[in-house]
Amino acid sequence: MLSRVADTIFWMYRYLERAENNARFLDVNFNLVLDLPPGTTEQWKPLVIATGGLEDYIINHEGFRKNDVIQFIGFDEMNPNSIYSCLRNARENARMVRENLTKELWEEINNLYLFVFETVKKGKWAKSDPRNFFTKVKKGCQNLWGINESTISRSDGWHFGQLGQSLERADNTSRILDVKYHILLPSVESVGTPLDIIHWAALLKSVSAYNMYRRHYGKILPVNITQFLILEKEFPRSILFSLQKAELSLRKISGNQSSGYANQAEKKLGSLRADLEFADINDIFTGGLHEYLDDLQKKISGISLSIYDTYFDHNIY
Amino acid sequence: MNLDLYPSKDIFDEMLDPKHKVRSSYSLFMEDINRLSFKKLNQLQGATDRAQRLMGMTFNVYGDEEGIERILKLDIIPRIISREDWEFLEKGLQQRIFALNTFIDDLYHDQKILKDRILPKEMIFSSPSYLKQCLGLTPPKKIWCHVTGTDIVRNYDGTFYVLEDNLRCPSGVSYLLENREILKRTFPELFNKLGVRTVLDYPMKLHDVLEYISPRKNPTIAVLTPGVYNSAYFEHSYLALQMGMELVEGRDLLVEKDHLYMRTTKGLEQVDVLYRRIDDTFMDPTCFNPDSMLGVPGIMEVYKKGNLGLANAPGTGVADDKAIYAFVPRIIKYYMNEDPILNNVPTYICEEKEDIKYVIENIEKLVVKETNSAGGYGMLIGPKSTKKQIEDFKVKIKNNPRNYIAQPTLSLSTVPSIVEQGIEPRHVDLRPYVLYGDKIEVIPGALSRVALKKGSLVVNSSQGGGCKDTWVLE
Repeated sequence: MLSRVADTIFWMYRYLERAENNARFLDVNFNLVLDLPPGTTEQWKPLVIATGGLEDYIINHEGFRKNDVIQFIGFDEMNPNSIYSCLRNARENARMVRENLTKELWEEINNLYLFVFETVKKGKWAKSDPRNFFTKVKKGCQNLWGINESTISRSDGWHFGQLGQSLERADNTSRILDVKYHILLPSVESVGTPLDIIHWAALLKSVSAYNMYRRHYGKILPVNITQFLILEKEFPRSILFSLQKAELSLRKISGNQSSGYANQAEKKLGSLRADLEFADINDIFTGGLHEYLDDLQKKISGISLSIYDTYFDHNIY
Repeated sequence: MNLDLYPSKDIFDEMLDPKHKVRSSYSLFMEDINRLSFKKLNQLQGATDRAQRLMGMTFNVYGDEEGIERILKLDIIPRIISREDWEFLEKGLQQRIFALNTFIDDLYHDQKILKDRILPKEMIFSSPSYLKQCLGLTPPKKIWCHVTGTDIVRNYDGTFYVLEDNLRCPSGVSYLLENREILKRTFPELFNKLGVRTVLDYPMKLHDVLEYISPRKNPTIAVLTPGVYNSAYFEHSYLALQMGMELVEGRDLLVEKDHLYMRTTKGLEQVDVLYRRIDDTFMDPTCFNPDSMLGVPGIMEVYKKGNLGLANAPGTGVADDKAIYAFVPRIIKYYMNEDPILNNVPTYICEEKEDIKYVIENIEKLVVKETNSAGGYGMLIGPKSTKKQIEDFKVKIKNNPRNYIAQPTLSLSTVPSIVEQGIEPRHVDLRPYVLYGDKIEVIPGALSRVALKKGSLVVNSSQGGGCKDTWVLE
């Protein structure tokens, strides 16, 4: 497959995954606010931090009001990580590599983009409950994954897409988990209070993990939730699961069947995956969850760079 | 339908004869349509607009900042062509394309036609589309114009005229194919009933042509596009998708040891045939335009060595220079010793002394065109222009006569079309597509472009035109 095309597909899936996650984050936080006891301050700043937009945000905004943050993460054309920008980029990438997609997949991406485009242009979202919009984006993305799953051949293009999606998901899950670090509870004594539990439950919901977690562990306990979202081998949005999936595709692309690595990307991804497989959740807490997640995000970004060097760099031949 | 809007004498309508009687080609169609209310037709039209947007059938308009992507509006009332008319067009096009291909081959080899003084040497040598770099070059199977999209119009008496030959990279075939898909949903029961010929296999046929000119067996074939910002990008990716090929850009390709390769995730892969959708002179910066960022340095060398098939062949454009167009009837006569089946529009060549005098004196009645441009740009329609525009054009013509030709304004035929007020006649042209491989084949269908503005004769998509599906009957 053409290097340029592989690059474009990789990013197309990253953008789609990011759009879906951002819709999820906003949706859950919007709901969370409704459950807070009267007098509690609404927490919108952590979302801006989690989606990596703090620097851009503070240039044009004062304070972190609900509608400002929803506008910024959902619809801001200037925010490269907004849902709108992600879908615009995903659609532009799809347009560039349409010959590698199926007609159904292209039309669905185009359809989803046009829906968001109309919403932004008409400023529709602010007039009614924005959760309708988030639901449509989530459903739209899930629809895409379904079409993807059942119409695309498992050739290199598929694996580059999976790779992009899985890495993005691992990164996003680590970011949403990190939100907890940024949420300032009224006081230290609040840990373990009903308010704290509401926050942790919301966190689970924002990665669609609430039901699966409850079946697995029952009680809402921070240490178990963290274990579940980082190290759980069976949950499809956990960081370990996503990295395992990414590695599988990376090795399919190179055809490497030995236990070693065939290129730098495989080396980095393999060792990060192994780190997680052998990690102990108590050690993670001891070293500091925030520090651990920060390091994880840097490593994922390093893997992405190595993939670029190995497969996408147009000038290496 | 408002019949008052149908003038009977000076315009040919495809559906109604001068006595407002429905022509036989449309009779079955009208039986069905008459059962539908205008409201229902409008709903069908609305569904079509949405389907087009959803399918991403967009084109980009140069110099248009707002809304970079536009839809080529599909009017749901088809243009229907009878079997007799089609057989005539088919024969005429086959004859014309064969003659033009022979002409191009002659120009780049023996130049017999110039030696026999059938057309003036200067006319050829001054054409920017005549490429010296192609002299002595023989493309695979001696085919130059593999894909042609001839523009044809119908005058007031129903006679067909060829307006332009479009031998370079004619676009629009993707609309023809997608329009058909949409109309099959709009009028599902009519296709069998009327016996509409299918166009579905165009991508297969184009694939066969490309394979036919390959230097290797089991070739790797790709579509070469200038990129996502090109106005016809939708079509490039559509055709690549339909033919199951890679869509490549210049930056994906490189030349090594007289072969062409593309950069893939598994290293370099040899490419044998390109269906190229970029202009001749942008193909190779080492051979033509040194500033081109779109092309591939050294690609012409690969082509000359016979290691690459290119469709259409570089140099083909010379036969579609608008000044040379005037000579096509003589070209057909010269190479085939036959009378041309299809008419040419009488053409005044501004480089000729007699002609320029006539053009300047009668410019109000004429259409003036640049000899080397396409897409409705650089054109003056005398009867529809202001005094100022006309005076400006006179100056342009006098300054550079080689660059202009003029033709009488033809009255394009009309087809009923859905407009805000109801159903009204709108002017159409006809662009059939012709493939030249082991035989010359005319695809039984066409893109009929329609000028949706009342009274307008300009059908170009870049100038506010729409299109219609074209049904050729068995």
